[in-house]
Amino acid sequence: MSTSIQSISLSGKKKQVSNKEMTFLERMYLIAIFKGLWITIKHFFKKKATIHYPEQVREFSPVYRGQHMLKRDEQGRENCTACGLCALSCPAEAITMKAEERKKGEEHLYREEKYASIYEINMLRCIFCGLCEEACPKDAIYLTISKELVPAQYNREDFIFGKDKLVMPLEMAMANTKKLN
Amino acid sequence: MDSAFIIEKSIFIVVIFAVTMVMAMYSTWAERKVAAYLQDRVGPNRAGWGGLLQPLADGMKLFAKEEFEPNTKNRFLFFVGPAVAMSTALMTSAVIPWGDRLEIFGRTVILQATDTDSAILYIFAVVSLGVYGIMIGGWASNNKFSLMGAVRAASQMVSYEIAMGLSIIALLMMTGTLSLKEISVQQHGMHWNVFYQPLSFLIFLICAFAETNRTPFDLAECESELIGGYHTEYSSMKMGFYLFAEYANMFISATIISVLFFGGYNYPGMSWAIENWGVNIGNVIGIFALFAKLCFFIFFFMWIRWTIPRFRYDQLMNLGWRILIPLSIVNIIITGICILAFK
Amino acid sequence: MSPILIIFYVLAAITLATAFLTIYSKNPIHSAIYLVLCFFSIAGHYLLFNAQFLAIVHVIVYSGAIMILFLFTIMLMNLNKEDEVHKPRITRLGAITTFILLSTALVLIFMYSKPFVGDYPTTGEDFQSIKKLGTVLLDDKEGFMVPFEFASILLLVAMIGAVLLSKKEKPTK
Repeated sequence: MSTSIQSISLSGKKKQVSNKEMTFLERMYLIAIFKGLWITIKHFFKKKATIHYPEQVREFSPVYRGQHMLKRDEQGRENCTACGLCALSCPAEAITMKAEERKKGEEHLYREEKYASIYEINMLRCIFCGLCEEACPKDAIYLTISKELVPAQYNREDFIFGKDKLVMPLEMAMANTKKLN
Repeated sequence: MDSAFIIEKSIFIVVIFAVTMVMAMYSTWAERKVAAYLQDRVGPNRAGWGGLLQPLADGMKLFAKEEFEPNTKNRFLFFVGPAVAMSTALMTSAVIPWGDRLEIFGRTVILQATDTDSAILYIFAVVSLGVYGIMIGGWASNNKFSLMGAVRAASQMVSYEIAMGLSIIALLMMTGTLSLKEISVQQHGMHWNVFYQPLSFLIFLICAFAETNRTPFDLAECESELIGGYHTEYSSMKMGFYLFAEYANMFISATIISVLFFGGYNYPGMSWAIENWGVNIGNVIGIFALFAKLCFFIFFFMWIRWTIPRFRYDQLMNLGWRILIPLSIVNIIITGICILAFK
Repeated sequence: MSPILIIFYVLAAITLATAFLTIYSKNPIHSAIYLVLCFFSIAGHYLLFNAQFLAIVHVIVYSGAIMILFLFTIMLMNLNKEDEVHKPRITRLGAITTFILLSTALVLIFMYSKPFVGDYPTTGEDFQSIKKLGTVLLDDKEGFMVPFEFASILLLVAMIGAVLLSKKEKPTK
């Protein structure tokens, strides 16, 4: 049986509107008013949806995505190899970077032979979709569970986060390593 | 007149005044609370337990706000508008019987400021004066939107006053008196007027909504769509007075509805209570019964407000002139026939 | 002076002052508001006579209904100074002479009239009560039922006439 587009109802609440003359009872509106009053009074006794904020805090979703962080490995080296896949996958085109070759004597700083000398995320464009995290082959970029997404600023330039704000602090990496061992 | 009588009446009047103000104050709180509960929220709950100090905070805020004045030549009338609105809202409570009587120190205290035999006429006179506060305020604002709001509000109130008066006439034909005290006494023992005059009650209720400018008849203000209506130009406590007058009006009309149609201070088993527990306790319960009734009607006003959408202006006028007035005239005729047939 | 006399003088002063201001104020809205105040003080005079019903009905009819409609029309007409109709000098002169003649006549009447001194006959009935008023107006034997009904018919006719006048005529084809 083929169903035409007119008879499909996605919500199951489809109602045919008609312009037929109302009967006398309907025109008095009294019954409709009492129906409405009944609906509102039912809501009066319902459980309230409010979360009393400072005392109660809404639970975070398990897939919550906060601010970005560029990870370091257990030896404190940056994971990022500046492959550019995150920038490519970003639907908002928020990520830019500049790659550089690792010099001699920098092995303790960068894990791979190539690294990102500049890595910037424009936080005004970012939509926190997490596609950069999924695209990354080196486990370098992560969206943390930080409650603050972007702190308020006065200038637009301040919303472009560079490596200074994105890379995981060294102390944190060391603490992580300690926890592992 | 002995001085004790004057002192007694003065105390009583001050008490009524205070109660009216407190009720109006807490109606603002109740409005927000009821609105919240009907919409699955909790409403104000920070200032005091359950937000009970919220009206005080609101009042202090209004007093502390900066006072703006429009560039108007009628500065005096600009002041007079809210004053008239407030005083007419408070004047009506003079003739309402809050209870039967109390016996204190061997004196019989009648729980009514004054018992004139034209109490209902007095109420209508004061209600019809309430329009002046709106019109003068709207005109003195020197703003065409305020003027339009004032004209809308005034024409609405004038139109619904007619239907209100006509709906009351049927009731008065039955009771045969204009004194609210006597009407209350006649309803003793569950002979509430609402059982005999349901149509009159319905018309009166609708007109009370229109007279207090509340939803579904709040076209004068249209808080959610238009700017404030006649009090657009008002700020600080002057605007507070207009809003406060609306709540005082609501309190008074809820009281009048309960006195006229729902037995006033009478409650089931009143004579039994007076016989067994004494006059004082029986009548104090009566006062509480009246307050329970009027609190229900205040709640009903709010319940309707958060249920029914606003009328269009032509619908409003149609309802007033083409439906309610003929209906109340028909009600008068039916009442007349019934009185002739059964008495 | 008894308090009632003081109240009477205050009310009389208010009545006269607002009545004059009604005529003198340039702004039509101010005139209307002064007239409302004037009506209120007259209601106060009725209350001094202990005529409560009359006072309240006066407030309902004049202040509550008629003056509100007055204010309505004035507000909607938006009167300006430019719209003021110029009156020729001869009409002003006529108005002044008529007023002077009338006031001399009134003053003479006041001067030569003798004040009524003595007690009014009392029947012990409360003629202020609405019950008494109702029987006086509507009783078919000793009341004024027929003139009362005639007055109501007159008002009805006036109302129907106003509706007919304001009704738009349908264009005839």
